[in-house]
Amino acid sequence: MNPRSITEQYASKHGKIYWLLHDSSVIAWRNLLRFKRNPEVLFFDVVQPIIFILLFAYVFGGAIDVGDSSYRSFLIPGIFVQTIAFAGASAAIGLNADMTSGIIDRFKSLPMNTTGVLLGQNFADLVRSVITLFIMSLTGFAIGWRISGGFTNAVIGYLLLLAFGFSMAWIGSTIGLSVSSPQVASTAGFAWLFPLTFLSNAFVPTETLPTWLRFFAEWNPITSIVAAARYLFGYPMQVAPDAPFSLQHPILTTVIWLVVINVIFMPLAAKKFRKATSR
Amino acid sequence: MSIAIQANNLVKKYGEVVALDGLCLEVEQGTVFGLLGPNGAGKTTTVRVLTTLLNPDSGTAIVDGVDVLKDPVHAREIMGLSGQNASVDENLTGIENLIMLGRLFRLPKKEAVIRANDLLERFNLNDAAKRIVKTYSGGMRRRLDLAASLIAKPNILFLDEPTTGLDPRSRLMMWEVIQNLVNEGTTVLLTTQYLEEADQLAKKIAVIDKGKVIAQGSADELKTQVGGERIEVVVSLRQSQAAAQALQSMSSGKVVVEGDHVQVPVSGGGVKVVEAVRALDIAKIEIKEIQLRRPTLDDVFLSLTGHHAEEIKVEEDIAPKKGRR
Repeated sequence: MNPRSITEQYASKHGKIYWLLHDSSVIAWRNLLRFKRNPEVLFFDVVQPIIFILLFAYVFGGAIDVGDSSYRSFLIPGIFVQTIAFAGASAAIGLNADMTSGIIDRFKSLPMNTTGVLLGQNFADLVRSVITLFIMSLTGFAIGWRISGGFTNAVIGYLLLLAFGFSMAWIGSTIGLSVSSPQVASTAGFAWLFPLTFLSNAFVPTETLPTWLRFFAEWNPITSIVAAARYLFGYPMQVAPDAPFSLQHPILTTVIWLVVINVIFMPLAAKKFRKATSR
Repeated sequence: MSIAIQANNLVKKYGEVVALDGLCLEVEQGTVFGLLGPNGAGKTTTVRVLTTLLNPDSGTAIVDGVDVLKDPVHAREIMGLSGQNASVDENLTGIENLIMLGRLFRLPKKEAVIRANDLLERFNLNDAAKRIVKTYSGGMRRRLDLAASLIAKPNILFLDEPTTGLDPRSRLMMWEVIQNLVNEGTTVLLTTQYLEEADQLAKKIAVIDKGKVIAQGSADELKTQVGGERIEVVVSLRQSQAAAQALQSMSSGKVVVEGDHVQVPVSGGGVKVVEAVRALDIAKIEIKEIQLRRPTLDDVFLSLTGHHAEEIKVEEDIAPKKGRR
């Protein structure tokens, strides 16, 4: 019997997992092409990180006292984390735009595994995070920031930041799949990130905060990853002996946070996605 | 003759609204089948069920030997769909769209690129291949969307209102493309709101209303039922009944009076207009306006259901919109 389409000839050549990864990478490639053309995205990925680093370093640099280390060394890992956290908003906006435009119907009518739309979005955001981190590191380098914790620690530091961005993207995906329009997704995607990133040790030492805020800041995952990054890049913060576990063991706390976030939000996003695309 | 598409007793309800009410249809292989009906009659819902995008509450659907409801993934491998809203990625170029979709249709990279270029050439889009789709005209988008549905060379193609919103030139171009596909052996199910379009392309037409097929046959058979062309005369309100009487003898069907409008189904064209003018002149009825026109979808509806197509549009518009969400 003649094949009824070209697809029928090829589809049986590989298993489900292969096709899921294949479809995810095609969607990731497509999302990266879209990003390349979107000046807003270019601004977020390239210009904003540079502005943030320069702004905080020169405007607040002299005004904020962080003890021994210079504010710049203190600040740069904080800005890394904040900027990477915004990957969550990108996932929210991107996925919502796909779900509310006609393209999702096209994807649904294809023999592809539609979960690839979700995975592809997050893979593409991961690539963006790599670019963003690279640009921020260069800018930091230009104003005198140096990595002084050794090569291995620095690699672990960057990997931890990327894993963090990937986790935030799953929270963003869940938000993007829960709201009705890209405009709402944009607002909702960013709204929670500002208090989260500012109520942490990213820009100021937590000791300066009032007690109730301090408790929140100390257990904020942002604080853990910022502290971990500072340590891994060679600018450990002084930790008081009575500081909570999260500050005594920032790397371990970060890993626990990342596992928790992924265990909750990956299935949640997948479930919302399936519901949104089911017939 | 073998059957390429078979739908049996499809039912789909959205709460109180019945979108499909036991719809049945059979499409012969290698032909164009036209699904004709006004907005909200259930055309899009039917296409969405047959293309696996929507699960019906009950009924069966077989496409090219594959059970659409039991084996949707296999079904998606063997059919093409071009929807009402051209669903291509606006932020990619034409060629990027086709390569992406080719890869998702499981074509190896090289083959996807070759196929994309072939299709762009075939649909007269090669000059625009590297432009972002946002800059395309409506007709170009439709052609790209149709090209996308042909990437895997499917035997079966579903086209949901392929020419709605197109200018006359783009519409003609689309008709030609569809005709060529059928000449190559593709089976096409298309939905349309235009009788003329179904007439041009389809071997067999099903008229649907409120989720049911209410008439089926070739364009000629349907037209005989509707009564071919009609003469529409406007007279004074007072004289409209008299005018209807005067014209009854030359009519090929039932003369309909609506206010000061008198509609007379005829066969024979222009000569009949002369005849009508004479008949009215003899009856001493003053003609305000007279014209000969071809039957429209509304006429088909009026003669098949006794109500206008437009009335249904208002009542049932909600159903397919819900389905699209």
